[in-house]
Amino acid sequence: MIASIAAGSDSVWSLRDVRFQHQGAMRATIDDVTVDIARGQMTALLGPNGAGKSTLLQLLLGILSPASGTVLLDGRPLAEWTRRDIARRVGVVPQGETEPLFSVREIVAMGRYPHLGPWQRERPEDIAAIARAMDRCDVSVFADRWLSTLSGGERQRVRLARALAQEPSVLVLDEPTTFLDIRHEMTTFELLRRLRGEGTTIVLATHNLNLAARYADELLLLNRGRLIARGSPADVLTAERMAEVYEWPVSILTHAGGAPQVDPRGSVTP
Amino acid sequence: MSVRARLAWPLYMRLVALSVIAVVALFAAVRLGAVSTDTSALIDAIAGRGDPTTITIVRELRMPRALQAALAGAALAVSGATFQALLRNPLAEPYILGVSSGAAAGAVFTVVTGLSLRFIWALPVAAFAGAVGSMLLVFRIAFSVGRTLDTRVLLLAGVVVSAFLVAVIWLVLTFADTESVRSAIFWMMGSHANASWRSVGILAVCLVPALAILFSLARALNLLAIGEPTAAYLGTSVERTKLVAFGTATLLTAASVSVSGTIGFVGLVVPHAVRLIWGSDNRALLPCSALAGASFLVAADTLSRALAGTNELPIGIVTALIGVPCFVWLLRRPAAGVST
Repeated sequence: MIASIAAGSDSVWSLRDVRFQHQGAMRATIDDVTVDIARGQMTALLGPNGAGKSTLLQLLLGILSPASGTVLLDGRPLAEWTRRDIARRVGVVPQGETEPLFSVREIVAMGRYPHLGPWQRERPEDIAAIARAMDRCDVSVFADRWLSTLSGGERQRVRLARALAQEPSVLVLDEPTTFLDIRHEMTTFELLRRLRGEGTTIVLATHNLNLAARYADELLLLNRGRLIARGSPADVLTAERMAEVYEWPVSILTHAGGAPQVDPRGSVTP
Repeated sequence: MSVRARLAWPLYMRLVALSVIAVVALFAAVRLGAVSTDTSALIDAIAGRGDPTTITIVRELRMPRALQAALAGAALAVSGATFQALLRNPLAEPYILGVSSGAAAGAVFTVVTGLSLRFIWALPVAAFAGAVGSMLLVFRIAFSVGRTLDTRVLLLAGVVVSAFLVAVIWLVLTFADTESVRSAIFWMMGSHANASWRSVGILAVCLVPALAILFSLARALNLLAIGEPTAAYLGTSVERTKLVAFGTATLLTAASVSVSGTIGFVGLVVPHAVRLIWGSDNRALLPCSALAGASFLVAADTLSRALAGTNELPIGIVTALIGVPCFVWLLRRPAAGVST
């Protein structure tokens, strides 16, 4: 217990023996995971479909509570946090949501919710934070449009802007670039790298192994609810391990920048 | 760019415009009727001067009736907007959790047993008790399924409780005498004919705190309209907000139903219409819906008195006959082509 509190000082989250089982499920979705998530770094959560990535994120965010084990945020058990206090610290970009008739500005302004009282109007600092977030994510031109008139990539950027408007010190993203084209995917990762450079801790779940290897400081590899490997991209992304976890033969190449790249094998056209 | 133009209307302008409409509707409602009054006589009568018969008609019949319609319209529209945000379902309306069937069961009980004829307060009290009882039953069922309030389970619980109560009502009415059946059906279609200053007062006492609670939750309702996980990520205590909002909106509906019967359509269509014009932001949607709902129901009530002469149409028929074409027109406008 003393060790975990000491570890909490340089890590945002500390998970100890965390286990979670969905109601009526045959096996645990998250099985005995112990891990620290380092402050100021970009951590990517990898693993095949159904590995438990989203569930682990929900445990980090306190949406689900573990059946056993502890989740500490900044050294304090999650159960002791109010939603409002978590939201002032952690911004979330979820996978998808319903989209009633809201303008883009209204959606981004929702990021200020944890900073405002129920009857309080937006203060100058709120207006500034909203404008800054919209600028960073390149959505200022859409400010007065209904969200539902934007493309999928544009909507994803609006959700990212909403999380930035929270002015969080930690950003959690659940598959932020699924369904995005190369340009939108790369602008997202470049923005995440800049945010990390400014000191924001970033945790993302992704299926894009190769961009994760290029941009993330640390990879966590999940399979069937267990943490199989953690460490630098070079440590985690080995051919044997990836082939075993993804049940498909792969080769590991090297990106020009030095990061390992996963190349799934396939039949080659002559 | 019509979207930009519509959003550019600041909230206070919308509220002023809607308030003007509401005042005009109230004024017309008090002025029009079987005994015609000109404007100056009307103002005299409101102030308590002039012909005593006119004073009685205006102050004891028409004014409470118009005000009750206004308050009921505001209650139903705000409650409908709240349900639509909470359930993220465009078909949601104030009666979706079985409130109307519960109220109707209570009302029918007093009609069939003759209590409603003996005590003037019996029917509204029984209707309110029935509404609250059915609400508690629906919540009890919803909570027995999971530890948290799953809105899908809540919706299904509302539907089945409602269906059960409707069956009970018809079972009772099958064995009732013709006069009871007639008055029960008339009550179920809604009417403001029994309005009095007392009913207006009771409704106002319920409406003011309920609106204050729901307006203070407007921002949280916005987040819930997007999704419960997102609302939690952005700092809402989701379960508490849902309980308070569902409870308040349901009690608001119960109060309205117990004085005026189950007037359909207002709670469904008025918030949708306001949303199609100005968007889903509940900070604006709730007050605008309240004013629009009030105007709409006052106008419908006035028409129901005017159209049928002495025989008076049930107001639910009027709200549907005017409301549906207006709503279809709103839906068909090109700017509204984006999904809700």
